[in-house]
Amino acid sequence: MNPLAIEAVGLMAPGLAGWPASQAVLAGQRPYAAEPMPAAMATLLPANERRRVTATIKLALQVAQEAMAQVALPPDPSPSNGRGELSVRTVFASSGGDSEILDKICVALTQPDRPVSPTHFHQSVHNTPAGYWSIATGCMQPSLSLAAYDGSFAAGLREAAALAWADQARVLLVVYDLPMPFPLAERRQIVAPFAAALLLNPVPTVDRLALLRLASDASGQPADRLDDAGLEWLRVGNPAARGLPLLCAIARRVVERVTLPAGDDATLRVEVEP
Amino acid sequence: MAIKPLAIAACTLTNALGRGLAASLRALREGESGLQSCDFEDAPLDTWIGQVAGLEEEPLRGELAPFDCRNNRLARLGLEQDGFGAAVRVARDRYGPDRIGVFVGTSTSGIGATEHAYRQRDPITGSLPATFDYQHTHNVFSVADFTRRWLGLTGAAMAISTACSSSAKAFATAWRQMRAGFCDAAVVGGVDSLCLTTLYGFKALGLASTRPCRPWDVDRDGLSIGEGAGFALLEWTKPNDDRVLLLGYGESSDAYHMTAAHPEGAGAALAMQQALARAEILPAQVDYINLHGTATPLNDAAEDRAVAQVFGSATPCSSTKGWTGHTLGAAGVTEAVFVYLCLEQGLMPGTLNTHRRDPRLGAGIVLENREQPLRLALSNSFGFGGTNCSLLFGHSPSFPVREGWGEGE
Repeated sequence: MNPLAIEAVGLMAPGLAGWPASQAVLAGQRPYAAEPMPAAMATLLPANERRRVTATIKLALQVAQEAMAQVALPPDPSPSNGRGELSVRTVFASSGGDSEILDKICVALTQPDRPVSPTHFHQSVHNTPAGYWSIATGCMQPSLSLAAYDGSFAAGLREAAALAWADQARVLLVVYDLPMPFPLAERRQIVAPFAAALLLNPVPTVDRLALLRLASDASGQPADRLDDAGLEWLRVGNPAARGLPLLCAIARRVVERVTLPAGDDATLRVEVEP
Repeated sequence: MAIKPLAIAACTLTNALGRGLAASLRALREGESGLQSCDFEDAPLDTWIGQVAGLEEEPLRGELAPFDCRNNRLARLGLEQDGFGAAVRVARDRYGPDRIGVFVGTSTSGIGATEHAYRQRDPITGSLPATFDYQHTHNVFSVADFTRRWLGLTGAAMAISTACSSSAKAFATAWRQMRAGFCDAAVVGGVDSLCLTTLYGFKALGLASTRPCRPWDVDRDGLSIGEGAGFALLEWTKPNDDRVLLLGYGESSDAYHMTAAHPEGAGAALAMQQALARAEILPAQVDYINLHGTATPLNDAAEDRAVAQVFGSATPCSSTKGWTGHTLGAAGVTEAVFVYLCLEQGLMPGTLNTHRRDPRLGAGIVLENREQPLRLALSNSFGFGGTNCSLLFGHSPSFPVREGWGEGE
């Protein structure tokens, strides 16, 4: 199967504050410590929008912004777009979407007259971060938002790869999940926020971070675990963090085979090389 | 070169018009709307809805009982029609259960189960009732997970959730994932069910009409919410294929506003142009456009600009939302399968409930049904967040198999 270059990575989680600051931990050179996560600033959003959006939207946009800041891409050539600063297809993957918004809507629906906020309603769609991203960047390229429960990272990677190959174009993959509010948290435990963004290029560039080859593997080969107890806690505690073994392999800059969970017993095998 | 088409090997629809393709086709032919005055649950809303009858009485039992909620009941009902399960079993034997992808669009999945659970919280602890199963009902993936389990498929599966373009984009994803070799065939679909979140949400946005929706009408004032399930089994076309083919798809983002469509329809035009370009088809060759046509004043105006920009005013087009209501995440597949029926049957549906064409709109809107052979038809789906998708279908007898189509995918 054709390789894909990883050109940039964005990352945000407790103890993993951005890609540059996290590489030593992911490469096993420093132990992981679950330090409080800095606030996701998502500075690409206009100030008035930043006040209206949720933690989920800001976290997804923060890692997307971090990855895109590492490369210089040509502006969106879409003929009808007069202001596009950026041209990149996107895939957003999340198991739970914006549970803060869903909780607020379900609470409102228990009250007299059911006062659902129009803002909450339009922010409740799974593709809300994708919508804010395209508005903030002026990018009219295709975007997909998907969910595959604990296999969401692998599903996102597969779709991003398929899109990159089909269109022979760069794809930004953004994977994120946040802890749910009570009482939903009692039924779906997500231990900490986690978001990662990977910029994929179907053309292997020289200044890449890594080269990936994907293969479907439903043979029941178990998904990788991580040696560092803290990182393993994060990996099993957040569906987006199921991609950590891949990020670790990219950070180590060695040839490695990674096996990611892809739902039930299915796995996605990824060959990684620098 | 044009992309290699996918053939629709089997498909099915269930919505307010009834269960199965025959019910939809009959209602389209007869001009019978499935819309009714809203009496959903205890929601006393002054609006019209397209409701699927009987879901309340048909719970999921047995192994898949944990998935029981209105949305997955609707998925099951949809999967049971038109021999769809049997067609997938044949494909499963041919390709292997791990080589058929499952890509199901939904906007709200089974959030209705959570709405109910929030009304039954423990008065002291605030906890949700013990019977509530988040993973198998509310979670976005639930309906895709249910679908693959019901069909006995074990390959790549995911829910696509881009609001009202979800199940149109499932076709594009199927093409890509098959092209990438992640699967050899695909079940695509869309399921969205009535729930209080969407009924009260659209009311809050002022987008739900108090009358049956009237796309492109001078007096249109909003949408009618519907529910529906639709599925299609897709595989690569073969030489002398006489099935309906997906010839092209186009996707774009408006990059404009979260809920309002781009006023010039720029993103919508881009999606239509790309669908045509992938198929190497010229606008003048298209016989019919099934519009997104929700009947909100601004959405129809924006789509009209886009259609006029790409096609001018000569290409006949209509919105079928007056029959089904807007089935949200299921709208893409619902209207793709309507187009399939139209191509097979030589039927061009009119625009139900619409009596006075808005003189400010320029697209070639058709009000009354026409019976005539159709070769190429486009289906539009757009959604919140500025997401756009257009699908181009053709009935293959009118197409010679092109160079390279039958080769090595």
